[in-house]
Amino acid sequence: MSYEDWFRKDRLPHIFCAGCGNGTIINCTLAAIEQMNWKKEETVFVSGIGCSSRASGYIITDSLHTTHGRAIAFATGVKMANPNLNVVVFTGDGDLAAIGGNHFIHACRRNIDLTVICMNNQIYGMTGGQGSPTTPKGCLSSTTPYGCVESPFDLSELAIAAGANYVSRWTSYQVKELERAIKIGFETPGFSFIEAMVQCPTAFGRRNKFKQVADQIDYLRTHSLLKAKYDRLIEAGKPVPEDQFIVGELCRRQRPVMGAKP
Amino acid sequence: MTKTEFWQGNIACAEGALAAGCRFFGGYPITPSTEIAEHMAVKLPKKNGVFIQMEDEIGSIAAVIGAAWTGARAMTATSGPGFSLMMENIGYAAMTETPCVIVNIQRGGPSTGQPTMGAQGDMMQCRFGSHGDYSIIALCPSSVQEMYELTARAFDLADQYRVPVFLMADEIIGHMREKILVPDSVPHKARRALVKGTLPFKAGADLVPGFPQFGSGYGVHVTGLTHDERGYPCATNPKLHEALVHRLVDKVEAARDRIADYDIINPDAQQVFIAYGAPVRTVQQLLHDRADDEVGLLQLRTVWPFPEKALYAFKNVERYLVPELNMGQIAREIERHATVPVQSLPKLGGELHTPRELAAALEAGR
Repeated sequence: MSYEDWFRKDRLPHIFCAGCGNGTIINCTLAAIEQMNWKKEETVFVSGIGCSSRASGYIITDSLHTTHGRAIAFATGVKMANPNLNVVVFTGDGDLAAIGGNHFIHACRRNIDLTVICMNNQIYGMTGGQGSPTTPKGCLSSTTPYGCVESPFDLSELAIAAGANYVSRWTSYQVKELERAIKIGFETPGFSFIEAMVQCPTAFGRRNKFKQVADQIDYLRTHSLLKAKYDRLIEAGKPVPEDQFIVGELCRRQRPVMGAKP
Repeated sequence: MTKTEFWQGNIACAEGALAAGCRFFGGYPITPSTEIAEHMAVKLPKKNGVFIQMEDEIGSIAAVIGAAWTGARAMTATSGPGFSLMMENIGYAAMTETPCVIVNIQRGGPSTGQPTMGAQGDMMQCRFGSHGDYSIIALCPSSVQEMYELTARAFDLADQYRVPVFLMADEIIGHMREKILVPDSVPHKARRALVKGTLPFKAGADLVPGFPQFGSGYGVHVTGLTHDERGYPCATNPKLHEALVHRLVDKVEAARDRIADYDIINPDAQQVFIAYGAPVRTVQQLLHDRADDEVGLLQLRTVWPFPEKALYAFKNVERYLVPELNMGQIAREIERHATVPVQSLPKLGGELHTPRELAAALEAGR
């Protein structure tokens, strides 16, 4: 198969803004599926509400574009009722961590056999740029006009603490690593969580001094701290730069799972 | 062949669902519906079904809808507070034409209210509780027997019309124990599959499209956004939105005579009670205690869509009396269709009307 066959071409043009990172994540996902050799009729995409959640509608398989925050709960029903299906959830930081936070941690706890791919742009893009649970402190959004004063969630840490079997974080710059992480997520039984940090030039970059799309991608690249490097810093007792976030494979384990293929 | 059992209403509901082929239950514990979940937790795994206790009622109805798209007959059961939480996804089920069954064992509200006491305060919420215009089907049992039979029928109606179907019972019927005749099997109609090669949301004369089950190669996109016949989002086309919502409403409303289920007693009466759910039992007692047949009863098993043609049966009626365990929710609907006065007999607090109270209401109005 070629993953280009998986796009629902009669839906084009898509709604994503010029420079949006979401398309990169969809490409990486489908490239990983191509490696898995999954069949279309055995694969279901489920999503909630937001820019990232529109991704399910651009793929030719069965797909469920649901209500805000609830994609994982819908996906739980799909997967439990038919464990033979490969069920992939597309979500965003607001959908997953704000309104859908409870479903997220409980799906991790159950360790249900889903792969959840979160396009974390640190902002509510579709509604025009409001602060989200992952908006960094001090960043500007339309609802944090004097700088965000709340502390952000670390979504990957949350997934690990709640019990997910596999957790990886990369950025829209690190496409090969991301594609590989998604593939490992597919292969790992149980709950796999892939956090993809993405640029949002329209709603986030514009307000936070990223004049060009490439500026924000470069920021994501230069502020990614590889897990191995982070571990070395900790081991040496050296300080970890506060403005950096860890990327890499953050967790892989074999807790008991629910809803795995028979 | 039937067997005789002595069951609680909630157990009869669960057994009716199992007999109808329900193989997925997603729920969250809430009084006074919990026995349904507990019974499904025992029975479903033995029938290769799935029971899952979700993290809340929002997740419960979401999982039920997800399971329904894989072809399963799926249901949840709850009561007032959980019912309120389900409302957004109930609208999603209506918009996406997802067949599913939602049981509400009604208790006293608003808010936490009276968890262990019966009520019928959610009758309008089940009809209009989610935002926007849509139509649903609601059935109201008044006995343990009807808990079984109407739950089983709810699955057929859900599949036939592709709507959420509500079993709007109450704590009194849910927790009542009485004799029930259980059939060996319940015949049921299979969900009509989408003909391959046709558009997934294009309906024929019955206004109900065929069902494109996930995992069958249809490649269908299902969205709560306003969508065209391909299922593709098309949220800014006024004509398309209007046509879609009209179809969602009309497919149920146009079939109201076929969906209607009611009993008529003493059609020549001048004084006629209209009741559904537990208050039916009080009216039956009143009629039983009277020597004459001068008082009529219209027992509604279908409340939504409202079967207004049932009113035509009472040619000599001078007054309808409507005892309800709410402040007159369905009495108001009856007023919209009746040509004679409608007297609402509301009762709150969790206790049934007594036969004496209904007899007094009969006398008071003469």
